[in-house]
Amino acid sequence: MSVVEANLGHDVHSHDEHEHHELNFWRQYIFSEDHKVIAKQYMITGIFWAVIGVAMSVIFRLQLGFPGANLSWLKPFLGGWITETGALDPNFYLALVTMHGTIMVFFVLTAGLSGTFSNFLIPLQVGARDMASGFLNMLSFWFFFVSGLLMFVSIFIETGPAAGGWVIYPPLSALPQAHMGSEMGMTLWLASMAIFIMSSLLGSLNYVTTVINLRTRGMTFTRLPLTIWAFLITAVLGIISFPVLLSAALLLIFDRHFGTSFYLSEIYINGEALPNVGGSPILFQHLFWFLGHPEVYIVLLPALGITSEIIATNSRKPIFGYRAMIASIMAIAFLAFIVWAHHMFVTGMNPFLGSIFMFLTLIIAVPSAVKAFNYITTLWRGNIVFTPAMLFSIGLVSLFVSGGLTGIILGNSALDIQLHDTYFVVAHFHIVMGAASAFGFFAGIYHWFPKMFGRMLNGTLGQIHFWLTFVGVYLVFMPMHYIGIAGFPRRYYQFTSFDFGKSFTDLNMFVSIAAIFTFFAQFVFLWNFFYSMFKGKVATQNPWNSNTLEWTTPVNVGHGNWEGEIPAVYRWPYDYSKPGSPVDFIPQNIPHSQTLESNFPHENEYIAQEKEIEAQNYNDQFASH
Amino acid sequence: MIYLVGLLLVVLLGIAIAVAAKLQKVMGRTQSESEIPAPNNKANGALWLVFLIAGTVAMIWSYLASRDAFLPEASSPHGRETDSQFWLDMGLLTIAFFIVNFLLFFFAWKYQYKKGYKATFYPENHKLELIWTAIPAVIMASLVFLGYRSWTKIMAEAPADSQVIEIMGKQFGWIVRYGGVQDNKLGGYNFKLINSNNEMGVDYSDEASMDDFINPSEMHVEVGKPVLLKIRARDVLHSVYIPHMRVKMDAVPGMPTKFWFIPDKSTEQMRAELNNPNFDYEIACTEVCGRGHFAMRLRLIVEDKASLDAWKQQQKPLLSTILEADPKFMSKIPEKLRAKAMNYAPYVEEADSTTASTGSVAAASASMR
Repeated sequence: MSVVEANLGHDVHSHDEHEHHELNFWRQYIFSEDHKVIAKQYMITGIFWAVIGVAMSVIFRLQLGFPGANLSWLKPFLGGWITETGALDPNFYLALVTMHGTIMVFFVLTAGLSGTFSNFLIPLQVGARDMASGFLNMLSFWFFFVSGLLMFVSIFIETGPAAGGWVIYPPLSALPQAHMGSEMGMTLWLASMAIFIMSSLLGSLNYVTTVINLRTRGMTFTRLPLTIWAFLITAVLGIISFPVLLSAALLLIFDRHFGTSFYLSEIYINGEALPNVGGSPILFQHLFWFLGHPEVYIVLLPALGITSEIIATNSRKPIFGYRAMIASIMAIAFLAFIVWAHHMFVTGMNPFLGSIFMFLTLIIAVPSAVKAFNYITTLWRGNIVFTPAMLFSIGLVSLFVSGGLTGIILGNSALDIQLHDTYFVVAHFHIVMGAASAFGFFAGIYHWFPKMFGRMLNGTLGQIHFWLTFVGVYLVFMPMHYIGIAGFPRRYYQFTSFDFGKSFTDLNMFVSIAAIFTFFAQFVFLWNFFYSMFKGKVATQNPWNSNTLEWTTPVNVGHGNWEGEIPAVYRWPYDYSKPGSPVDFIPQNIPHSQTLESNFPHENEYIAQEKEIEAQNYNDQFASH
Repeated sequence: MIYLVGLLLVVLLGIAIAVAAKLQKVMGRTQSESEIPAPNNKANGALWLVFLIAGTVAMIWSYLASRDAFLPEASSPHGRETDSQFWLDMGLLTIAFFIVNFLLFFFAWKYQYKKGYKATFYPENHKLELIWTAIPAVIMASLVFLGYRSWTKIMAEAPADSQVIEIMGKQFGWIVRYGGVQDNKLGGYNFKLINSNNEMGVDYSDEASMDDFINPSEMHVEVGKPVLLKIRARDVLHSVYIPHMRVKMDAVPGMPTKFWFIPDKSTEQMRAELNNPNFDYEIACTEVCGRGHFAMRLRLIVEDKASLDAWKQQQKPLLSTILEADPKFMSKIPEKLRAKAMNYAPYVEEADSTTASTGSVAAASASMR
């Protein structure tokens, strides 16, 4: 016992010392181990990549919407990739498509979204001083940074970045002689992704460990905010699936550089029959999609978690079906691992397997529908406040439903024959995973900006940003379904080589204009973001009248998050508009003994447990008793 | 027409912004002290309704306007089956789409913040949750059943009387191979035999190969008779895509794939139906394969038996072309097949039989060495 006391005393001592000792600039802002700083690093890097990734899509939308237009004015940016006649180089078109996909999926929506909000919210919402391992957390960010650096460099090399689509199917990606984008650019892509996977694993392990071990007193699993549930399950998904992508990438590296034949067989290219036999390109697709499909949910689940929290807060109502929400997240996560081959219905895979995967895929619609209905019921008879975060969350639910529904068509193997690799697919996944997750990212930033920077974003600008983006996204992706139904294949430099590709030139132009419009609408956000960071209205401690623990911290959260003791938790996070209560929210750290007027009968029993909860004192490194 | 929708939405957007800005001015004074943490709450509530109505109008109108540009009715029975299933599913989903989005936007508008109103504390209702778990589950089960039925039928073994055609993808084009007019049987192949004369690596140690002919620009099939495509790739992944037939199957190096379908509308018939004398069926590539991916076009001609046979008669067996370019090739053909190969060497034009015979002697003597 005395040993423990001594240790605790030491902790207090070091803490006190820490208070007076200012970290130098490098340790405080660059190689920081503080989860809040790391979250901001992820956020800024994510935003940086988002601008690049979306700008790339604008360039190839120019090509698709206005084939044959003179793009010479892009020469200062793109140099040799614009030919003398002012046309975009077809190789570079494919490079743009590939980089757009890679950047948006991995750097923006995986690292940017999960990295920002898992890092920022997990310790703050479970009531921890920091992540389980601050050092690994720092490494995680810097691995991500290096990975991004490699990818960034690859954009500028002479042969261009990787260009075989973000799925990098071999043999195209394995054979430098097959494609310009399979030369140095591909090598850098693979190196970058290998490092990215390490970063993601370090991050995910930290998230899981922190949620399981560092919850504050009274924070049982059934009192965790849904954000944390979503981050936890997302991290588990990442830990299970990313290593499979790493193995796929490693085997591809072997095929490219060490003469193995994992994915190569019976190939004749550039006047030469290659010696490789016995490999299978389909093997790569299985490995890739074993990550690739869960990846969709790695991107989407954090957004859904963020939305759950924001919709409950701003409807001033408890989230409807808290347990059902957790169950659906778990069901979606489980199913995510057994549906990957629905990306491969027409690869020549055994048709019987196709039937199995069709069945499993369509089951996902059930938990997804439950989530959508629960969100809507949460709005029902609420008292809704349209903060920008709330607008984006409602928008997310709309996009999640609109994009998810077409998944029911694509998951049907018979219907997928015609629609596979057409713009119908592009429209589907951009709405359900791209735009929906991006809306989650925006919602999160608007909601937690005051906690991050101690200042408020401009609400009106946020609302304008929302409406422009929401309308823009629907204008871009709804017509794309029609283009897909008309049979237009994706990853086509232009459609004029085919008669059937001549039907929708005007609609393609419309989509491009809408895309450019949406792109420029994002500058409203960028302005608001950077301006408010320095000049915004100073935030109050709990600007949205929210229940979760992060709003019990000071306006400018310091190292260790809470100045005194970490608050104990006595209730779930959704006690909004409780009958009998004079206020419309009761934060998690308010014991039931203080809210006798609004307690339900079974809740009065919890009062007896309060002493017990307060007596617990594990996990707080700063604790003094 | 498309521009009209665009214009409409831009106008609506402009109105929305103007309303928002004005409301902010008006409510700036009153709302700044209120306890509600968002400006323009009423305006945003109204915008949900505007979006709902404008969106519904735009959806319906844009669908009607785009319908003409969709692919014409499928030219294969399985295609018509999957199409009708697609539109059935799409109909169901559109209903769900409108219901869910309606509720979402309508509730957002209806239950917007009102001073003094208290939201209903309503954390769960197991019966409700059970109902809306069960309904999608039942609908999904029936959709799966329909899909499964079509899928197994489409993927079943091809009928025995199918016209068998080999199609090979390469960077950047397709080459088709027919079993020839003598034996109408495809011979073997080996990727190691590929060279500029023998682009498909046809194996001439197989007797069935002798009369095989290839074509790099057109595929001809007989109308109303099943076609079995034997699909392969020479270099990287490709995917055979025949939009009007609703056919798609990847071409994988080292792993032959197949797809069968019945083209039951001839090219002529389609030209008449669509009132477009230039209409052609097309085969495209849908698996990214490099720089020229977007231009891997092959014409598909669906015609009656007589025209198909006439076309086949005109096609020169690949062996003749090879021997013409490289008479020494005869030495690579196994001895027991040389006599048969001689029939194709070199290609005999009726008018010019003398050169033909000397040529064949030369080829034969070359092979003797």
